Amino acid sequence: MKLGFLVDLNLCMGCKGCEIACKVENEVPLSSWRLRVKYVDVGTFPDTKRTYTPLRCNHCADAPCERICPVSALHYLDNGIVNVDKERCIGCAGCVMACPYGAIYIDPETNTADKCTYCAHRIAGGMMPSCVVACPVEANIFGDVADPSSNISKYIMEFQGNVQVRKPEKGTNPHHYYVGGGEVQLNPLASKRVEGFSLFNNITHLKHIGKGH
Amino acid sequence: MAAHETVAAMNAVVTLDVALPGIVWPWLVTMNMWAKSIGTGVILLGFYLFKNYSAETKTMKLPITLISFIFLSLFLLFTLADLHQPFRMINIFLHPHWSSPITYGAWIASALMGVLSFMLYALYIKKDEELFDKLYTWAFVLSIPVTLYTAILMGMSTGRELWQTPVEFVQMVLAATLSGSAALLFFKSKFSYELTRDLAVVLFVSVTAAFIIYMGEYIFGPGKAEEVRMTLAYVQGGEYTVMFWIGQITAFIIPAVLTLLSVLNRTTNLLPLAAILALAGLWIVKHVWLMIPQLLPMS
Repeated sequence: MKLGFLVDLNLCMGCKGCEIACKVENEVPLSSWRLRVKYVDVGTFPDTKRTYTPLRCNHCADAPCERICPVSALHYLDNGIVNVDKERCIGCAGCVMACPYGAIYIDPETNTADKCTYCAHRIAGGMMPSCVVACPVEANIFGDVADPSSNISKYIMEFQGNVQVRKPEKGTNPHHYYVGGGEVQLNPLASKRVEGFSLFNNITHLKHIGKGH
Repeated sequence: MAAHETVAAMNAVVTLDVALPGIVWPWLVTMNMWAKSIGTGVILLGFYLFKNYSAETKTMKLPITLISFIFLSLFLLFTLADLHQPFRMINIFLHPHWSSPITYGAWIASALMGVLSFMLYALYIKKDEELFDKLYTWAFVLSIPVTLYTAILMGMSTGRELWQTPVEFVQMVLAATLSGSAALLFFKSKFSYELTRDLAVVLFVSVTAAFIIYMGEYIFGPGKAEEVRMTLAYVQGGEYTVMFWIGQITAFIIPAVLTLLSVLNRTTNLLPLAAILALAGLWIVKHVWLMIPQLLPMS
């Protein structure tokens, strides 16, 4: 079994329900996010379009974070999930530096690394990840990519040729796919990030991470 | 150029997102690398001195071991200080993950500290120079991977394209030879002219080679990948430009001129100044190179 995620960006409407569900389910502290939805506006008025991209850990088959962790706090589960053992983590932040997707953060409350685990605790109980349950338009498709009869495998087959992963050139083999994505949605360098301003807040960078930093 | 810069109609702007993490590895990591360079550098250079100038460097055994011990202790101290859970450092020894250069670094650096402690014991308490010499060979061997492992760590930081293992390997070695020769030049009053000249030549070669590699990255790096181009933009008119050039001039250009003049004129008066500038500048250079890839948004 190799669990994977697929987000159909044609369906996502940026409601952020998945973000909130994830926060609540995993008790993610303020200022930290396991899953977030990024808005990127494209074009010049009046020909403009707003894009929405949910971003979470890619659970790479060749995960740099797992490789660089000196204590195996980041480790693979049998189902392919890259899990975090917060009790073992020493907080070296090597994984934060290694992840090319910016998916790992240092939890300011526990001072350890944390990230999306595809809600591994829910999976173990036979439930779907909370973000999947919360999505009103079923833009999040979750399942076993090793099983050709799973929903996610069928989706990938149906949209083959239009299924993307983020930064494929990094060779990390993500188990997180997108359908209907473009350069501005999947490449963070393809959009301008204006310092000190975004739509609903004026904080663009955290000044510190964790206690004493 | 990024798509939004080349295609005006795209004009892609992030309008709603969370705050991105700022600097993850702060100045503590710069201190870690800088102190490590001095700690291993004096051992590497000391090996050369003891082999080639054994008679006049007999009194240098204790200073070299002490300098290495102190700076490697600082290196470990700053490593611990940078951990968000420093008391869990023990997990590296209890639950080592052998694909990580951090694991190898911690184990080998600890072994090196053990050997250095024995060397101090052999020299200061047991007064057994033969034992010291045997241990020194081990210290020399262990100094090499301790010098290099950070380069592997940086190279494995997949998101930070500026850091590539082969180049960082060379830069780590040059930082060690630069620091080792600079630190030992402070003892020039104890040395013959020939020995001092050798140290000056090592310092000259180290700063010149390091400068050439940085300039190679600076000039040709932007052509490698978009990420590298955007990272280097922080030192090509961006917020770290002034600091970058202060570092290059202080660490490399001035010491190169001073050491060259000294060797050509057979004088040694300028060498302590060259050594101080090289050591201070190296910290700045390392700091800038550590910071700029962290400024780039990863997602």
